[in-house]
Amino acid sequence: MIVDLEKFIGNQRQVWKELEEVLGRIERNPSTRLDLDQIKRLHLLYGITSADLARLQGFAAESELKLYLEALVSKGFCEIHDHRSTLQRFNPVRWATRSFPQVFRARAGAFWIASAVMLFGCFFGVLMLSIDPEAKEALMPFEQLLGDPSERVAREELKGNPDLGANKPVFSSTLMTHNIRVSILCMAMGVTLGMGTLILLFYNGVLLGAVAMDYIHAGQTSFLLGWLLPHGVIEIPAILVAGQAGLLLGSTLMGGQDCLPLSHRLRRIVPDLTTLMGGVALMLVWAGIVEAFFSQYHEPVLPYALKIAFGALELTALTLFLSRSGSMDSASEGRSARAS
Amino acid sequence: MLPSHGKSVLIRTPEGIAFRLTLAGPVSRFMAWLLDTFCVLAAVTVIAPIFQLISVFSESYGIALQVLLSFIISMGYGICLEWFWRGQTLGKRLLGLRVMDEQGLHLRVSQIIVRNLLRAVDGLPLFYLVGGLASAISLKGQRLGDLAASTIVVRIGELAIPNLESLEADKYNSLREQPYLAARLRKKVSMDEASLVLRSLLRRDELKLESRAELYGKLAEHFKSLVPFPQECLEGLADERYLRNLADVLFRSRSARRP
Repeated sequence: MIVDLEKFIGNQRQVWKELEEVLGRIERNPSTRLDLDQIKRLHLLYGITSADLARLQGFAAESELKLYLEALVSKGFCEIHDHRSTLQRFNPVRWATRSFPQVFRARAGAFWIASAVMLFGCFFGVLMLSIDPEAKEALMPFEQLLGDPSERVAREELKGNPDLGANKPVFSSTLMTHNIRVSILCMAMGVTLGMGTLILLFYNGVLLGAVAMDYIHAGQTSFLLGWLLPHGVIEIPAILVAGQAGLLLGSTLMGGQDCLPLSHRLRRIVPDLTTLMGGVALMLVWAGIVEAFFSQYHEPVLPYALKIAFGALELTALTLFLSRSGSMDSASEGRSARAS
Repeated sequence: MLPSHGKSVLIRTPEGIAFRLTLAGPVSRFMAWLLDTFCVLAAVTVIAPIFQLISVFSESYGIALQVLLSFIISMGYGICLEWFWRGQTLGKRLLGLRVMDEQGLHLRVSQIIVRNLLRAVDGLPLFYLVGGLASAISLKGQRLGDLAASTIVVRIGELAIPNLESLEADKYNSLREQPYLAARLRKKVSMDEASLVLRSLLRRDELKLESRAELYGKLAEHFKSLVPFPQECLEGLADERYLRNLADVLFRSRSARRP
């Protein structure tokens, strides 16, 4: 059938214009709060316009009118089903101290896999350097790590880190941004069904194992622990949490025994990915500050025992935080676990 | 107004209404990205003198703040603007694009963050090659970030009710002098054909003179053969006028005619 277009537009024009005006007002000012009467009116206008669109879809009509009504209905649909108010309840302290550790625990399986892969990489790095000490150049891409560890220790214990000087703030900010970028890549690589994440974790493990072996072999274990532990006990778990997020994304894309459609599965994990990556960013900011302002001071300025004790304290605090924080909030954790 | 060509997705609301969202093409998305990149670079350049002032007091803190803020701007630009402008950055706004949930809803903040974080992979190795390939393959034009966050990028346009004044329905319509044939015409003309006539008339000014004459000639020939009217009804009637009369018969009931 063919609709009487002029009559149809003439009768409904006022409704469409009113809906257009309300939606335009909300779009111009997203924080607009409608009272109950306005909400009822919006719902009524949306319902009428939706019915007009449905009516038009059964008739021959000018296609631009259909597009106009489709655009209007799609805008109305967004507003009627909007969920932006959830952000107004966002509490950053609660998120950092409860949501983050809760999500971490709910998705702990991926974290342990990430840890195992990095540990395997560490062993591989140790093994490679033990078998062939000449492989150092191939295993370590950073020039400052290629020298003799004993020489570096002697130099830095005598004069401090010559590269650092008064540039600690620059060094700290560069470390933070670099590490956050690496973590983001580690998570984002999850989109390759987790393979990219696993490779990055393994590679970082190889690097860590090779550096550790190099210093231990040179008899500089105390220096190594004093240098790496203060920031490493936060930085390495942060990379692992990013790997956890990447593996979560990869396993969700693969699906496994989950029969839900891909979009439903992804929709379920996206908030958790965001929470994990937010936690990673916080951890790396802390690690960057510690690395620039604390880790780079060596004996005799700072005794290694103190630096190792500080690292151990941080690790204990992090372990307690991730394993205990927010656990009293059982209802919330239960929801998260069910969702997983 | 929205063009009708291009890929689109069909959304079905819980109320049982279906509507289409036109997906943004790769070229417009790339242009929007270029504009956004330019905006980020401009913002970083603008803030640089502020940090030079701070550097007067402490050079290292000035540089450190610049490093941090440049990073925050480059990471936060897309996230913040897409949140505050409901799925639009400056580039997308200028090109009439919007990021939406693939179910046709506004974005959640977690979706915005994830789709922006996954630029780390989509941007590989250069100029969004991975993301571009992914969106070319994807049925919904999704780059990997869009896929992970369940989002789509759609084209939006200005809302406007079609202006039917240009149909000049007030003028004398000789086809209505044959009510039986007019009724037969309404019965025989399909919905798509009727839509085509109306669309061709409303868009007459967008067509070149020769193209318009050719199109109207072909359409008139087709409809004249569909339901032949007596010669006296068509005498002196140009193809365009014939189509206007046809649209009047098809889209306006008899009672709606003005005196």
